[in-house]
Amino acid sequence: MSTIQMVSEEEVMGSSSQGKAISNMKWRYFKQNLFLGVVRLSALIIAVSLGGFLFYIFVNGLGAISWDFLTLPPRDSMTKGGIMPAILGTVYLTSGAIIIALPLGVMSAVYLSEYAKEGPVVRIIRIGVNCLAGVPSIVFGLFGLGLFVVFLQFGSCILSGALTLGFLILPTIIGASEEALKAVPQTFREASLALGVSRWQTILKIVLPNALPGILTGSILGIGRAAGETAPIMFTAAAFFTAKLPASIFDEVMALPYHIYVLATAGTHIEQTRPIQYGTALVLVTLVLGIDLIAIMIRSYMRKRKGW
Amino acid sequence: MVMVRNNSIIKVRNVDFYYGNFRALMDISMDFEKNRVTALIGPSGCGKSTLLRLLNRMNDLIDGTRVKGEVLFEDRNIYDPGVDPVEIRRRIGMVFQKPNPFPKSIFNNIIYGPRLLGVTGKGDLRDLAEQSLKQAVLWDEVKDILGQSAMMLSGGQQQRVCIARALAMKPDILLMDEPTSALDPISTAKIEELIEELKKQYTIIIVTHNMQQAARISDYTGFFYLGELIEYSPAEKLFTTPDVKQTEDYITGRFG
Repeated sequence: MSTIQMVSEEEVMGSSSQGKAISNMKWRYFKQNLFLGVVRLSALIIAVSLGGFLFYIFVNGLGAISWDFLTLPPRDSMTKGGIMPAILGTVYLTSGAIIIALPLGVMSAVYLSEYAKEGPVVRIIRIGVNCLAGVPSIVFGLFGLGLFVVFLQFGSCILSGALTLGFLILPTIIGASEEALKAVPQTFREASLALGVSRWQTILKIVLPNALPGILTGSILGIGRAAGETAPIMFTAAAFFTAKLPASIFDEVMALPYHIYVLATAGTHIEQTRPIQYGTALVLVTLVLGIDLIAIMIRSYMRKRKGW
Repeated sequence: MVMVRNNSIIKVRNVDFYYGNFRALMDISMDFEKNRVTALIGPSGCGKSTLLRLLNRMNDLIDGTRVKGEVLFEDRNIYDPGVDPVEIRRRIGMVFQKPNPFPKSIFNNIIYGPRLLGVTGKGDLRDLAEQSLKQAVLWDEVKDILGQSAMMLSGGQQQRVCIARALAMKPDILLMDEPTSALDPISTAKIEELIEELKKQYTIIIVTHNMQQAARISDYTGFFYLGELIEYSPAEKLFTTPDVKQTEDYITGRFG
């Protein structure tokens, strides 16, 4: 008798809590789907706007692209001709920036990740690097103007511009290099040191080679950024117009981003140069995307080889 | 407790070791015999690995550690300010718990150390690699694939690459920190045979969690508990008629 009662009670309780559980599950499924929807939508918005932007540049810029456009200097108040000096200028400036920033950045990262002991000094350096990453690029431009152009009397030239861009991308390189160094397993360092290999040689022979893919990726992303910046080179390197190519690092150059800016805002024939503006933008975007693509390819190639 | 022996290669004298404020080793004194296998046993956290890593100054790499006392290697305290830890580690090699070959070819793993020491002749390096791999009883298995990545080998083979890599530096002492605990029984047996062979030329000090292993391979065994050296005797004596009750309790499985 009492057993039967217990069973029936259990059943009643069981079914009611089961019902609750089902409605609870429905609510949870709903929440999950809602969240998934929001996340998907965000991704879609980004993909569509990037795709739309590239498509717009491509469609409008393609008409301007020709062999002459890529190989000749501008003429007739920049309403005709090509953008060769600007392409060349951007290549000089970004190469210069990377030559300056890569060794400096990698060495700083080695110090921070391999040598420095956690403490107030390192914390201040790290905060400094992070702040540097957040400084608006126009401030870098003014800093470059003050230090390199005026104080050190380099004038507005490739050197000043490359130095300014170098400082701009330094935090990117330091950050990427530090991450890459930290990702090298501690056991590699231990194994090398336990063989009686010095710390410096361990870094040189084991740590840096294994961190190289990460360092390169970060640096190449830095190059992409340097190639696209306008503000830092406006006062330090870029010429409004110069038909002659630079003879040394103390000459002014034209540069792609600044050329777009000039044509679109400061010229006297803004409407007439519209196709050239789009064409220049297309060249710049292609250049930056191409550099990023190289970074991705290097990374995936090296990842396949590394085996840990 | 001091156990003085006639033919000791390394002598630990009244060593205390601190991780920050935590005292991990208390007044340890022990001598290690040349061309013998000495095993350090004890429950986790007893300080045996700490002592091992103290013998080639690997503990230097951990921030906030401190050593008191002396570790005499050829009658010179390796913790004297003038001593270069890099030099010490060249002469006292180490094999770790988890096999840690470099992501390089087998050949380049072995010659990594010697090449940095200045051995550059192609023939010399090849001979050295062959000799070291033979000593580690790996040569027959890998002689045709020396150019392949050491990462492709099995765990037991990787561990023997690491042993060969250590031997290529021609050390006097080989420290082994639980070298078989990540390996299967067959690989473990191979490494144990290898240790038996290696003691003819090298002094081996091994930390192990496996008491049967310590009993099988060691000539002398030290039992550690809570940072103290409880008992240090010839292995046969320690595992059959230990002097101290704690040792007996541990080896009979009453705690640990």
